[in-house]
Amino acid sequence: MTERTLPGTPLSDEDMQQGKVLTLNWPASLRYEWDTGVAIGRFLRELKNGRIIGRSCHRCQRVLIPPRMFCERCFRPTDAWQFVQDSGSVNTYSLSHLRWDASRVEEPILVAVIEIDGSSQGGLLHYLGDVRPEEIHIGMKVKAVWKPAEEREGSILDIRHFRPIDTAQDGPA
Amino acid sequence: MRKVAVVGAGLTRFMRRAQETGPELAWLAASQALESCGLGLKDVDSVAIGTAPDAFDGVHMKGEYLAPGAGGWGRPVTRPYAGGGTGVLVPIHAWFNVASGLFDVCLVVAEEKMSTCHPHPQGAFVTIFDNILERPLEPNLIWIFALEMQRYMDTYGITKEEIALVSVKNKRNGLDHPSTHVAEEITVKDVMESEVMVSPVNRLDVSPVSDGAAAIVLVSEDVARRISDNPVWIDGIGWNLDTAYWTNRDLAYPSYVERAARMAYKMAGITEPRKQINVVEPYDPFSYKELHHLEGLLLCDKGQAAKITADGVTQRNGDMPVSPSGGLLGVGNPIAAAGLMKVAEIFWQLRGEAGRRQVPGQPKVGLAQAWGDLMQVGTVVVMRVD
Ligand SMILES: [Zn+2]
Repeated sequence: MTERTLPGTPLSDEDMQQGKVLTLNWPASLRYEWDTGVAIGRFLRELKNGRIIGRSCHRCQRVLIPPRMFCERCFRPTDAWQFVQDSGSVNTYSLSHLRWDASRVEEPILVAVIEIDGSSQGGLLHYLGDVRPEEIHIGMKVKAVWKPAEEREGSILDIRHFRPIDTAQDGPA
Repeated sequence: MRKVAVVGAGLTRFMRRAQETGPELAWLAASQALESCGLGLKDVDSVAIGTAPDAFDGVHMKGEYLAPGAGGWGRPVTRPYAGGGTGVLVPIHAWFNVASGLFDVCLVVAEEKMSTCHPHPQGAFVTIFDNILERPLEPNLIWIFALEMQRYMDTYGITKEEIALVSVKNKRNGLDHPSTHVAEEITVKDVMESEVMVSPVNRLDVSPVSDGAAAIVLVSEDVARRISDNPVWIDGIGWNLDTAYWTNRDLAYPSYVERAARMAYKMAGITEPRKQINVVEPYDPFSYKELHHLEGLLLCDKGQAAKITADGVTQRNGDMPVSPSGGLLGVGNPIAAAGLMKVAEIFWQLRGEAGRRQVPGQPKVGLAQAWGDLMQVGTVVVMRVD
């Protein structure tokens, strides 16, 4: 089959501009309202209080972030709520020049997976801030920067971003 | 269980934007696959359809939408789904259809039309992230790849230049593929100087968005012996899903791909994959993913895939040719169709019908693999000729 021409009709931008083919546009307009659930509902409520909470499984000895009411490994209920630190370390990071819809941004968005102190490899996707991009590295110790209490609404965005731990300000890590 | 063979395959061109609709693309690939093995719709007992998220097309029930063009009229039709892993999950599903004894001939069709979603299909990908904890951060699809690539590079001390060699190889291999819309001669420097999308991912580290379709025909041993002189046997299948809590995972190593590979190897009697597998088509939507997957497939040691790539082992004329088709980077990435294109490539390679893409040495055993969902699923088939 390799050498012969395969079927299919590619269209160029020019074809579209010149209206060589007919198209139909339909903008999707839908709204969803998600219940946040038992585990994440409590997690969000605690973010509003300026704290991070996980769930512990006494069988596998893990503290789960994000919390869940079941342990997917032991396949049994988790046992207890457990507060963890609002600090952690950078598991991995990236500088994004793209928004969610692939449009470009001027200043890169700094994103990371943060391993939360006190959890068992529990990670959260979040932003980094108050840091020069070239200083970011895997293993960097970071701490949550919270919105003021009156602005918090029980959302992952109640944490503005994570910033590098400053030993002068925060004490030894 | 019965033996199952691939006896025919068909492809459309892969295109940035196709005039044809999804069902029209499915028809072009499916009719070609049947014709290639001398069968017609009357011979088809069941149909398996693969296509990735409905959100690209804005058409719900995409399997049903594609079915008329995929030979599905009045037949048992199913649409298995595993995001980007779908292209290899569909032949796995079709294998059940035939191996179980339920059906003798299963037509396998994969189609994707990503150009429909505006302004960019990445806008539809935002819906794969956790709706409550991640979507408020407005993530771009490429974030998770960039985060995984950074962790992989850091864990094993691999450089971007070493990873760029995958793009150079696959885009060159793609020049010989009749479906390609993205093949070119490029250098590592070109990759490094292409625009940074989400660091460490540059534009030339990424496969494009594409429209296209692929199809293959799976049959029972009886039918294979009757209609084909050189059937390609599906000796092993494997698939595995890791947790959706992706921020809890070890991003440096795809252990779910290893579990899928071990399942397929056990079934195929493969005990030394590096010696026994002659040609490989791992999923390469991003340059580093080919390396990641070679390690997960146990085809080289952890952290060593960049080295064997630099040493030329994975070139078409190397000891273990990898992505001789050109892969997603070199041919294009109509998601489910791209995965099935890899299975079709192994089919042609093992039959010695890959033309200018043919790897030397009459390969006997090949492997195709796809990957996807939220970086969490591995799908593997091992194929063999007598
Ligand atoms: Zn447990």
